[in-house]
Amino acid sequence: MRSNFLMKKRLYSGGILLVLVLLAFGAASMTEFSLAKCFSSIPKAIVWSLGNFYPVADSFAKLPDILAKLQETLLISIASASVAAIFALVFALIGSRVTKINNFLATLSRLIANIFRNIDVSIWALVLLFSFGQSSLTGYFALFVASFGFLTRAFMETIDEVGADTVEALRATGANFFSIVFQAVIPMSVSQLISWVLFMIETNIRAATLVGILTGSGIGFVFDLYYKKMDYHSASLVVLSIVLSILLIEQISNYVRRVML
Amino acid sequence: MTTLLQFKNVSKQYGNSTVALSDVNFSVNEGELVSIIGPSGAGKSTLLRCINRLIDATSGEIIFDGADMLKINKKHDLRALRTKIGMIFQNYNLVERLSVFENVLHGRLGYKSALVGALGLYNENEKKQAIKIIQSLGLNEQVYKRCDQLSGGQKQRVGIARALVQEPRVLLADEPIASLDPNSSKVIMDHLKNICTTLGITVLVNLHQLDVALNYSDRIIGISGGRVVYDGLPANLTDEDIRRIYGSDPEALNLIIQKPKEVAQKI
Ligand SMILES: Nc1ncnc2c1ncn2[C@@H]1O[C@H](COP(=O)(O)OP(=O)(O)O)[C@@H](O)[C@H]1O
Ligand SMILES: [Mg+2]
Repeated sequence: MRSNFLMKKRLYSGGILLVLVLLAFGAASMTEFSLAKCFSSIPKAIVWSLGNFYPVADSFAKLPDILAKLQETLLISIASASVAAIFALVFALIGSRVTKINNFLATLSRLIANIFRNIDVSIWALVLLFSFGQSSLTGYFALFVASFGFLTRAFMETIDEVGADTVEALRATGANFFSIVFQAVIPMSVSQLISWVLFMIETNIRAATLVGILTGSGIGFVFDLYYKKMDYHSASLVVLSIVLSILLIEQISNYVRRVML
Repeated sequence: MTTLLQFKNVSKQYGNSTVALSDVNFSVNEGELVSIIGPSGAGKSTLLRCINRLIDATSGEIIFDGADMLKINKKHDLRALRTKIGMIFQNYNLVERLSVFENVLHGRLGYKSALVGALGLYNENEKKQAIKIIQSLGLNEQVYKRCDQLSGGQKQRVGIARALVQEPRVLLADEPIASLDPNSSKVIMDHLKNICTTLGITVLVNLHQLDVALNYSDRIIGISGGRVVYDGLPANLTDEDIRRIYGSDPEALNLIIQKPKEVAQKI
């Protein structure tokens, strides 16, 4: 009986593995993707990068331009994540099982958050391009909308996990909704909420490059510009500055997390 | 003796199938300590939460202090009544990151408007009263400590303090000692008994442990499968009653108590 049970489980796992392998092969042959070709092109890519994709003295002349755009991008990323966090908190409080006001609003809030979350930031950038044109405002809105969707979901789960019992206790004292939220829910979850916002800022800086290419603003725009002008040396400087600023932001947010938690 | 709380034909059904309470009738007098005992899943937690409407009963009447709790529709009125009903929990349900002082003051939130409560503004009187209650529960040293630094027994005393600053008429305790060691359990039960006798606050306590119920209560209500199967003095509880409450599960019986009658006689 027992061995039969284990056997069944093993067969089940084996079956799933087999399906995955078949899917991989099927997809590869349909798209004419060849693993061998893929690996063989890596050396070529490296050789090309070493030959072209590095900053030279000339490209450093463009550094002030690049840094100005980088600053714009960082500020947009931070602003979009922080403003989105405020809206996300409101929606998360309405949508959370623990703090919901009523079922209808909770479902509505979850639905809105899900729609916003499941549409990628690049799609938002393209859609918003129609209404706002090529400007940093478009980039800001795209990042804001994507951040809002993600943070609402993350906040909701944080509140769900952290609070049910204590919220019940305060409800039993006769406390009203706002007292419960500000005296219990937020104190209990604040460090996790801030952690999510920091994560969102990091994500936004990464995404800002792509969004910038699409909306013609920020650091993505200058990268696109140099790249299309085949000024690969300057483009590589842009990439370098992005990588450095992401590392820096990561250090800062790690520090903030350590101090907070 | 005046009746403070009365259940009349109260039933509670979760969804379409789970009947948690069926046709429950009993009454509690002012200043009594009443234990509600029964196996897990009997409906004890549901019963307590129906009183302060954390759970809405499906039918019946729950008369508290002359008013039918189930007929209250306005949120404001419900909150006003809840301030008169303190509650403590098995898992203490504190805001662990805040201090003992802040957690105890939370008991005053029911008296406050949205803005004042959200900002956590308390007057001098309330603060003094909170400190006095904290001291009376032997937590002088811990007033400004964060609750996550306390032991289980201390946390439960914070829970009791939070309920007492409400100035309640009745205290509902849902398995207050289920997560505590025997020594802390005794401290907590002694405090509850003391609150009942010296402050005259009625105490309704859900208990898993029959011996504790026998030792501390003025009256015992036994429930099984959502029905009241015993309502009387601890001393009158017979072996047969115990079997009716806990079913014929001998393991549960042995775990709970070997010789119930002897313990009862020790009081
Ligand atoms: N929120 C709920 N939804 C559905 N069923 C519930 C819920 N809470 C309790 N029950 C069911 O109601 C019955 C009584 O539960 P409860 O009052 O918690 O019993 P006790 O506190 O005596 O252990 C159990 O069968 C339990 O599964
Ligand atoms: Mg229970």
